[in-house]
Amino acid sequence: MTPPPNSQPRAYLSRRYRLSASHRLHSDAFTADQNRAAYGKCNNPHGHGHNYIVEITVAGPVDPITGMVCDLGQLDAFAQTNLLDRFDLMNLNTLDAFRTLVPTTENFTIEVHRIFQRFPGAKLDRVRIEETGNNSFEYPAQTDSNQPGSTKG
Amino acid sequence: MVLLTRKAEFSSAHFYWNDAWSPEENQRVFGKCANRNGHGHNYTLEVTVAGEVDPVSGFVVDLKDLKAILEREVISVYDHRHLNLEVPEFATRVPTTENIAISIWQRLDGKIPHAKLHRVRVYEMPDLFADYYGEPS
Repeated sequence: MTPPPNSQPRAYLSRRYRLSASHRLHSDAFTADQNRAAYGKCNNPHGHGHNYIVEITVAGPVDPITGMVCDLGQLDAFAQTNLLDRFDLMNLNTLDAFRTLVPTTENFTIEVHRIFQRFPGAKLDRVRIEETGNNSFEYPAQTDSNQPGSTKG
Repeated sequence: MVLLTRKAEFSSAHFYWNDAWSPEENQRVFGKCANRNGHGHNYTLEVTVAGEVDPVSGFVVDLKDLKAILEREVISVYDHRHLNLEVPEFATRVPTTENIAISIWQRLDGKIPHAKLHRVRVYEMPDLFADYYGEPS
């Protein structure tokens, strides 16, 4: 059962973080009518909010000594500083990242991916954000040929 | 090709410890998980298999068979056990979520008729899980 010495199996580790934030979907490139047509009730001028679940997946060899892909304490500390402290209980539209970018959850997912690419403890594989229990967004897109375990890639 | 996933649950105790390190080093790296009295989790296992849909039965695998294999190979060995003390692979391997996923893969690989093991996902808690897809052949 024990793998031979020096073999380091690759695994994926995922951790979910919860944050609550408000946003309003509105593009200056659209007229008021176009904004209402494109974004519906999400265009409400006063904004609205969600309890987001941010799922971070890192990938890498399992350290033969610790049995870990990455140090969870280090990942949690990075997430606290770079995700929760910056986005939790904030209005996304007021943040620098969304000055010129509509804070759709697609764009939020791409921004969180950009942030966690700088995590020094392990290689980021993907970011998935649940905006509600019925909506979730994932970046980068996992297609049939590039998903983990695929033999087609 | 269709992917089919079956869930199962087990509840086990574990702790993280490396005998080659001092108690202080174990404490530094593993934190609360290094408490040698152990602690426990309700684990959720998701086993995904890949295969063609049988034109007659409409199945990728017979779910009764898959359930019985999971029970025999994994649940009966891990459930209500202390992983470090009672499950052989963790005598030499720290029972992290990553290593549990790898060990379950090794227990199941080649034992599921008519389908290929695709992924083993182990949730230690709803907000923490590890995925293992085997090694590229």
